[in-house]
Amino acid sequence: MAHVSDLISVDIDKYLDSHHHKSLLRFITCGSVDDGKSTLIGRLLYESKMLFEDQLAALEADSKKVGTQGGELDFALLVDGLSAEREQGITIDVAYRFFSTDKRKFIVADTPGHEQYTRNMATGASTADVAVILIDARKGVLTQTRRHSFIVSLLGIRKVVLAINKMDLMDYSEQVYDGILADYRVFAQKIGITDITPIPLSALRGDNMTERSPHTPWYAGPTLMDYLETVEVEEYALEQPFRLPVQWVNRPNLDFRGFSGLIAGGSIRPGDRIKVLPSARESTVTRIVTYDGDQESAIAGQSVTLTLADEIDISRGDIICKADAPAPVADQFEATLLWMSEENLIPGRPYLLKIGAKTVGASIAHPKYKVNVNTLEQLAAKTLELNEIGISNLNLDQPIAFDPYAENRETGGFILIDRLSNDTVGVGLINFALRRSQNVHWQALDLNKTVRAEQKGQKPAILWFTGLSGAGKSTIANLVEKKLYALGKHTYLLDGDNVRHGLNKDMGFTEADRIENIRRVAEVSKLMIDAGLIVLVSFISPFRAERQMARGLVQDGEFLEVFIDTPIAVAETRDPKGLYKKARAGEIKNFTGIDSPYEAPENAEIHIDTTSLSAEQAAEEIISALQKAGIV
Amino acid sequence: MSTLTHLQQLEAESIHIMREVVAECENPVMLYSVGKDSSVMLHLAMKAFYPSRPPFPLLHVDTTWKFRQMIEFRDSHTKDLGLDLLVHINPDGIRDGVGPFTHGSAVHTDVMKTASLKQALDKYGFDAAFGGARRDEEKSRAKERIFSFRSAQHRWDPKRQRPELWNLYNARHHKGESIRVFPLSNWTELDIWQYIYLEKIPIVPLYFAKERPVVERDGTLIMVDDERMPLAPGEVPQMKKVRFRTLGCYPLTGAIESEAETLTEIIQEMLLATTSERQGRVIDQDASASMEKKKQEGYF
Repeated sequence: MAHVSDLISVDIDKYLDSHHHKSLLRFITCGSVDDGKSTLIGRLLYESKMLFEDQLAALEADSKKVGTQGGELDFALLVDGLSAEREQGITIDVAYRFFSTDKRKFIVADTPGHEQYTRNMATGASTADVAVILIDARKGVLTQTRRHSFIVSLLGIRKVVLAINKMDLMDYSEQVYDGILADYRVFAQKIGITDITPIPLSALRGDNMTERSPHTPWYAGPTLMDYLETVEVEEYALEQPFRLPVQWVNRPNLDFRGFSGLIAGGSIRPGDRIKVLPSARESTVTRIVTYDGDQESAIAGQSVTLTLADEIDISRGDIICKADAPAPVADQFEATLLWMSEENLIPGRPYLLKIGAKTVGASIAHPKYKVNVNTLEQLAAKTLELNEIGISNLNLDQPIAFDPYAENRETGGFILIDRLSNDTVGVGLINFALRRSQNVHWQALDLNKTVRAEQKGQKPAILWFTGLSGAGKSTIANLVEKKLYALGKHTYLLDGDNVRHGLNKDMGFTEADRIENIRRVAEVSKLMIDAGLIVLVSFISPFRAERQMARGLVQDGEFLEVFIDTPIAVAETRDPKGLYKKARAGEIKNFTGIDSPYEAPENAEIHIDTTSLSAEQAAEEIISALQKAGIV
Repeated sequence: MSTLTHLQQLEAESIHIMREVVAECENPVMLYSVGKDSSVMLHLAMKAFYPSRPPFPLLHVDTTWKFRQMIEFRDSHTKDLGLDLLVHINPDGIRDGVGPFTHGSAVHTDVMKTASLKQALDKYGFDAAFGGARRDEEKSRAKERIFSFRSAQHRWDPKRQRPELWNLYNARHHKGESIRVFPLSNWTELDIWQYIYLEKIPIVPLYFAKERPVVERDGTLIMVDDERMPLAPGEVPQMKKVRFRTLGCYPLTGAIESEAETLTEIIQEMLLATTSERQGRVIDQDASASMEKKKQEGYF
């Protein structure tokens, strides 16, 4: 790994000293294999002398064996050595490559392949300072160039290198270069990319890669390596107001209480007045504690621990700001979403949202529109599919401190997590808070659930009956309610069909409507719990996630899932309302069990098998389960 | 206000990763291999939680064939730092007398390292394990996530890896599943050495050149670390000035002839070197077993 510097052999100490002050540049390369992207990265690795002899020997051998350059060194093989993985069916998404020169260390995010492109590019772009967008000089600005540029601009990369490659195949023509550049500028302006550095290249021949090419005397700009080594990485985060998302409360003993985190914006010094959000409590920084001793100041990008003058309540997920420049706090936002899962976005479904160190519940409204990444057209959308980008409003279950993504990537970018699979299903960029979220306040009341329940001499609970249509939910729930009434309990039965005549009159039977249907009923049940009632809910409620959401609204032990387990064949024979028949005839769409799935409960508190119990026996069994649970 | 150097940025990132794991996982552990990367990882952990001690134990999966100096260093260094060290040796391997000379490197590694690690993780019920692997080590690691998910059977499912954007890591997992976390993902070998030099981090003396008894096996210099090394009739180990670029089981780790006795000399030698770090690892030369396959099976 011969870094070409005489200092290495002459004065290693001096060399090392100079190298401790190297800066780091993260960049992303955008383009397909056809554009010569792998060749470009391979040559950067080669030219930076980051290859060892054994690797070079392997490259020479591979070039002769499978290379595409007639036995000449095929640099693409340095980064494309993934054929074995392709055979194994392993998804190649984002690969990170490393090299350094005497001036800088580089981390390259390389996103090969055409599939999954939006997702992978967004991932690579999220941490990049610079994007190198490749254009094949023979083809000019293509649809994919526009797509790559749009994603780059969306993720907030401000500096773009337009690498006009394969100039050797166009006789290094200045006209060709000028034409492509002019085309690109027209488009770039539309999406707000202004800092463009165009470079005529041949990655294959090495023109303008590290040495100025004799073939392009008309070009006066930097070589690619010159640019990468010297481009000023905007200290954008540093200029932003101070933000410390609290990751971890550091309590080694009773005398020390520190707040640890990676500073996401600005700088801080002991003595600075701070405000903790969302609680809005204030204090003063006393120390910036590190293993290497206390610091006089700390800046964006450093992982630190702060101590404060006052004992105020701070927990993981809070954001410490300077008191004079606090972050806004809200629970409703407009955001740009990129969907990353093969399961489509389901509006209304409760997801988890992680932003900074905070994880909250979130539901997403129907997209206002989605964006065709190739044409930038805005299209109507009911959902977002894998790799689609759209704009939606979000509703959180609690307020959070944030910044618009355009102002701060770390406090304005979030991921969405599926509650059941735990997978990361999407990412979002906060555009702005919705005004209404800052103006609706929770009304504190003097009486509460406990006193209301005590007055009735009971423990409030939700009995959530779920099962197929015709399973016997309503019949059994009705019997249970009668028995509870006879025991002197205060109850209310919310029946799916009945609620659809009023509160949920406007709801259809699509997946999204079913979710909203359940959400409303769950919220109504919660209010009834608060009133001290025992609520019986009889709804097909086919999706686990929604039942989970309803469960999450109330306290542990208050939600009892009652699975009325009837095989579809049996329910279909019963068909009390003639619905299965209609569904089979195609007269009803999205009918649970026929053309819409039913996700059976995995751990229902009460499981009723109706093939072996009569409705009366089932009701008895539920009452005895309630007695065991201490509800009655 | 000055901007951060590349090492300061890497340090801050690694610390952030460790704190996330501690905040989001129930029972983390740090896999401590005693090598230079482990030394750096441990040093970063000391920084991440200061003035608290790292709130997790260290786990060393001992194959019983590690260099003796590694074990000495392990015991004294962790004691100096006041850390909780767990050592696990696969009892099945001991019972069956598994070793590199009798069973070959592939079986030895599989039983004493891969299976042993799974045993230890199951035994203590760890749901997150820090490892010192770097993305620059090998092509297949270049695309490995920082948070790498394993099924309850410890298998790596490349299709279920989660996208990692910004500094946001999703560490949620089901009961029984675990996460391997690589806080040094973005460090290179040179970064590691520069950081050791800058921070004066203690490392095992085997990294420094010294006269040591070695024999040559298939063109590789193997140090005779104890009497278990089988010698040909009449074969006498030769004293050569050697050092090691990576450390592992002594029969599987090639030494290089070197004059580098100090850290700066090591770095100098590395900068002028012409072969890559992993060349000294006999395990990588087993053609049948790609790193990718090993990883799927649970090798770190």
